[in-house]
Amino acid sequence: MEREQEYVLRTVEERGVRLIRLWFTDVLGKLKSVAITPAELDTAFSEGVQFDGTAIDGFSRVHESDVLARPDATTFELLPWAKEDEPSARMFCDIQNLDETAFAGDPRQVLRRNLNEAQAEGYSFFAAPEVEFFYFASGDPALGKPQPLDQASYFDLTTSDVSSDLRKRTIYMLEAMGIPVEYSFHEDSPSQHEIDLRYTSALDMADNLMTLRLVVKKVALERDIYATFMPKPLNGVQGSGMHTHLSLFKDGQNAFHDGDDPYGWSPTARQFTAGVLRHAREITAVTNQLVNSYKRITETSEAPPYVAWARNNRSALVRLPVRKVGKPESARIEYRAPDPACNPYLAFSLLLAAGMRGIAEGYELPAETNVNLFDLDDAQRREIGIEPLPRSLDEALDLMEGSELVRSALGDHIFEWFLRNKRSEWDEYQSQVTPFELERYLPTW
Amino acid sequence: MEPLLVFPEPVPPELAQALDMGGWPWKVAADIDAARRDEPLDGWVGAIVMATAASDLDSAMRFCRAIKNGDINVDAVLLLVNGGQLIDLNPGEELFDDFCVHPFHPIEFEARLKHVFRGTGRNDEIELIEYGPLAMNLETYQAIIDGKPLDLTYMEYELLKFLAAHPGKVFSRETLLNRVWGYDYYGGARTVDVHVRRLRAKLGEEHANLIQTIRSVGYSFGRSRWAQD
Repeated sequence: MEREQEYVLRTVEERGVRLIRLWFTDVLGKLKSVAITPAELDTAFSEGVQFDGTAIDGFSRVHESDVLARPDATTFELLPWAKEDEPSARMFCDIQNLDETAFAGDPRQVLRRNLNEAQAEGYSFFAAPEVEFFYFASGDPALGKPQPLDQASYFDLTTSDVSSDLRKRTIYMLEAMGIPVEYSFHEDSPSQHEIDLRYTSALDMADNLMTLRLVVKKVALERDIYATFMPKPLNGVQGSGMHTHLSLFKDGQNAFHDGDDPYGWSPTARQFTAGVLRHAREITAVTNQLVNSYKRITETSEAPPYVAWARNNRSALVRLPVRKVGKPESARIEYRAPDPACNPYLAFSLLLAAGMRGIAEGYELPAETNVNLFDLDDAQRREIGIEPLPRSLDEALDLMEGSELVRSALGDHIFEWFLRNKRSEWDEYQSQVTPFELERYLPTW
Repeated sequence: MEPLLVFPEPVPPELAQALDMGGWPWKVAADIDAARRDEPLDGWVGAIVMATAASDLDSAMRFCRAIKNGDINVDAVLLLVNGGQLIDLNPGEELFDDFCVHPFHPIEFEARLKHVFRGTGRNDEIELIEYGPLAMNLETYQAIIDGKPLDLTYMEYELLKFLAAHPGKVFSRETLLNRVWGYDYYGGARTVDVHVRRLRAKLGEEHANLIQTIRSVGYSFGRSRWAQD
């Protein structure tokens, strides 16, 4: 038995843990859980926990429906919200086929595979997301438009505000689970908040994001408040994004840094950025996977709709932040399209694959875009070679379907299942008559 | 008791016999690299460095300097020299804790061993590390801060244990990676930063500064033992 597993068994015994939750993620990025007792833990480590995957989104297959959950002992954490007399814990799982090969429908293993491929070239991939979300009085769509808890705005200090208590408690829980928080603050929109996580390896970060979404919702629910990561819940105000900072390390050094470059950017940083930009349109269906995601990506928003990069330009998709002198380890790029309703395992897989393609093929970084792209019209943007991101899920799926890069990074199983599932989501949406149409057309026609 | 480090090869039969008879486990290292490679997690409890052949004093001193510099982590050093080398020893450099003239008298040698290695404060098995508000039970893998359980992952636990076992000592990221993770872990030295930040998050604001960042060097735990009051 590995040391890590022995440590978990011992801790479960010493701390009197009553229940161990085995967590994994479906293809759409929803957290799933199987609970086992301490008595079953030993076997769970040695043989895995077998279950029927048919009902899990993206897990179903034609022949075999059973899969194995193999708990990853390095992710063992006590749950800080468990009652004191009933300690419980969680571990993330890798999903395997019954013959113990990696299950192609498991997003965590897809990310693991992409990370291993980068590792074979000597690179490790780190991510730091800025997660935005809203607090509402209720999450029940039957009650109409969601009601914000306050009317405060960016960086406002709202002392008597229930939501700042919620945020404080959320951060306490995250830190207790080993998820360091860099900043947290009130965002632009009413009742909108942001939590920035401290960078860590992309696999840990994807696990952390799954945990964060649960913790944020759970803490809110204790106060009868509903927290949502829906990208655009309100008309007329900013939606919730997940700007993500990306960096590569090689031999313990930040591979994006080059002290001889006037901006401190290495050729690797430029090629990686070029890769991310060139494939941005193909990966958007995954970084922004809901019909609703595309209502956030608009002009005048912090979700830039144009494929371009800049040092400081809110209208660009990729930002290469200017760094403080003497901080080479903080060299990074910021990718601004993703929203917090994405599947982080798949989104990180594609961002990495796109960047690595740029390095492998030595892509040239296009010129920086210093104009405000919002001020140009389509023709002017075309003239300077700026393409828009897809404007709807439908268009994003078309672009994804034609992408050899996305297919190879996700693997056939997830690639095909995702397209099928999302096409049907789009078709269902398309067949709806919306309030907009009724208000606009019914009185006139 | 953990083994003593003996340098270099070959070990003279009378030394091997004296150690075995006295119940002192030992392990030989041919050079500095071998001593580093075989180093236990908490470092060597002690080293016997031999300069018994006339030409060996220089290499013995190099080995002792590697210990003093922290390249090899050793709690106490006993130097074995022959009578002719005594004149060249420079006690001012503080490279060893005691010395013994070779060939030795077995009773004197045993007395020196006890004097040097029993006094290191190292018990046969350390089961508890205590430092200020922190207590770690190595038998049960449990850590407590301010009387409350501290829930750690395995690697967080190992890192804290290593740091807390060497308060005041500064370790580079590479050293921590080698000594705690024990192999070239995915993510390299950056992994150490990530885990330190996780540990600080769990220690809470009040105790986060138990682990200090030493600029452009690495990390240290607790107060330096050299710090002035």
